[in-house]
Amino acid sequence: MGENPVSAELIVQEAGPSLTVQDRGRTGYLAMGLSRGGAADTLALAEGAALLRQSPDLAVIEMAGMGGRFEATEDIRIALTGAPMRASIDGAPLRWNASHLLPRGAELKIGAVTRGAYGYLHLGGGVDLPERLAARATQMTAGLGEPLDAGTRLPVGEDPRDDTGWLLPVDDRCAGGRLRVVPSLQTELFPKDQLDRFENVEFSRDARANRMGVKVTQDGPGFAVDGGLSVLSEVILPGDIQVTGDGAPFILMAECQTTGGYPRIGTVIPADLPRVAQAPQGAPLRFSFVTLDEAVAAQRAYLKHCAALGKRLQPLVRDPADIPDLLSYQLIGGVTAGRDLDTEKERP
Amino acid sequence: MTEVTYPILRTAGIDGMLVTFGGALSEPANRAALAFRAAVDGEGWDGVEETSTSLVSTFLRFDPLHLGHSDLQSRLRELLQSQEWTQADLPEGRRFFRIPTVYGTDMAPQLDEAAEVAGLSRAEAIRTLSESRVRALAIGFAPGQPYLGELPEAWDIPRQQNLTPTVPKGALVVAIRQLVLFSVTTPTGWRHVGQTAFRLFRPDSDTPFVLRPGDEVQFVETPPEQMANMEKDPDGGAEWERIP
Repeated sequence: MGENPVSAELIVQEAGPSLTVQDRGRTGYLAMGLSRGGAADTLALAEGAALLRQSPDLAVIEMAGMGGRFEATEDIRIALTGAPMRASIDGAPLRWNASHLLPRGAELKIGAVTRGAYGYLHLGGGVDLPERLAARATQMTAGLGEPLDAGTRLPVGEDPRDDTGWLLPVDDRCAGGRLRVVPSLQTELFPKDQLDRFENVEFSRDARANRMGVKVTQDGPGFAVDGGLSVLSEVILPGDIQVTGDGAPFILMAECQTTGGYPRIGTVIPADLPRVAQAPQGAPLRFSFVTLDEAVAAQRAYLKHCAALGKRLQPLVRDPADIPDLLSYQLIGGVTAGRDLDTEKERP
Repeated sequence: MTEVTYPILRTAGIDGMLVTFGGALSEPANRAALAFRAAVDGEGWDGVEETSTSLVSTFLRFDPLHLGHSDLQSRLRELLQSQEWTQADLPEGRRFFRIPTVYGTDMAPQLDEAAEVAGLSRAEAIRTLSESRVRALAIGFAPGQPYLGELPEAWDIPRQQNLTPTVPKGALVVAIRQLVLFSVTTPTGWRHVGQTAFRLFRPDSDTPFVLRPGDEVQFVETPPEQMANMEKDPDGGAEWERIP
């Protein structure tokens, strides 16, 4: 921490199947075929930065579905954001969306998500790996980095602060919901009745979902443009909703390719992409077209929200109202203490 | 359907603007997209954050909170009217690469199938592919990965119905009178007809992305026993020269 000259490392003692280092990704390489990548839930980056009162550009650990077991070589500050997971330090349960002190040598254990898809572990000073192409984000589709293995030692950046014990109240974004969509390149090629249905039916997040894209399904007939499925290959952006051969919409995410030849029925606005990323399998999702002006206003509001997160912090106090909550956490922690490890052993 | 008059402007997402010079791939439309991108970069407009090209379009990513959609559109229309973009010169500093390529064998198992779909003998297929000097029309999909064209008309063959689950880095695949040289290991609907040892994406080098739009390439036939040697070199035995 601030006065400590020794640079800390975070040791990954056990790793869930998909722990990756992420940040805000790489911009400026679209012309060369490299998409932005970066954290699937960018709001979580802003929340972690607010909790640790540091820059949202610092790199974090993204945990898809399952966390791991960690130990720091010095006292460090941590924050936990995104999809809530069962977490403890030396057996004492931790609040999610909060900052904590991780004492040197203590065991930080993060289990499975309790809702949502991607949890985030933020470190005071950030994950200080060398940059590649001006970022630290793992982008496996481009061959930039690999998931973290057990035994990895991650350098922790210098941390000028030492305050922990903050809680950030957040609105739930792990249950799907209504997604605002602007028209995309081929929206007008879809027949009117299909566009109406696209806005009126409830979709469900399919099992097929990863950092590249999220498929959504519904019970009715599939979607298709009049002229067939093949359109001239054109630039793709995160949020674009492609309709592929089986007629199901596929929402492209942070690590999507940069061009594609499937027609796009619309584009989810950036402010709603964290809810797509965090929608668990089976979560209900709906699409509503908004105008570009409405979408730009929503983006302005989203950025304002991110910038003002620091003002929402509350001290993490154990007042009497919290006690039943704490007890229930401990109970859940006790019941499942062994099971998390068994689940990790079962993975391929 | 009503006739579309190109170029057209379309928005993409909340922060993208696409200027498209044709409804199908053509050499003039591709040339216009490249030249127009260079012109937009030359303007240096505040609020434009990044530009790129696809086969027939110029793309701009901008900050819509500081540069309004209608403001950007009117600037683009004015720039579009300043010259006939389909007759613009190709970018400067273009290069010509000769990349050694093993056609067919178990390294590129779909050569025979692709030749049959194109109505060519195996020898004709290799000859037409290896003698064609193709241009990088766009870089995209994966880092540093070129779409190259156009091949002779016989090669106007469709993509496969089903995806090949995986082709390796350096694979040369063909469909719709174009070649793609893969920069990463990936599934594809295009047919795998050649294999090179050329590395398109070198993230830790001074030139992470090797090919640029406008560069030209010939995939020169090489015997399979050369592959082991080629793999020792990130250039895969390729040579290049500047195009005057």
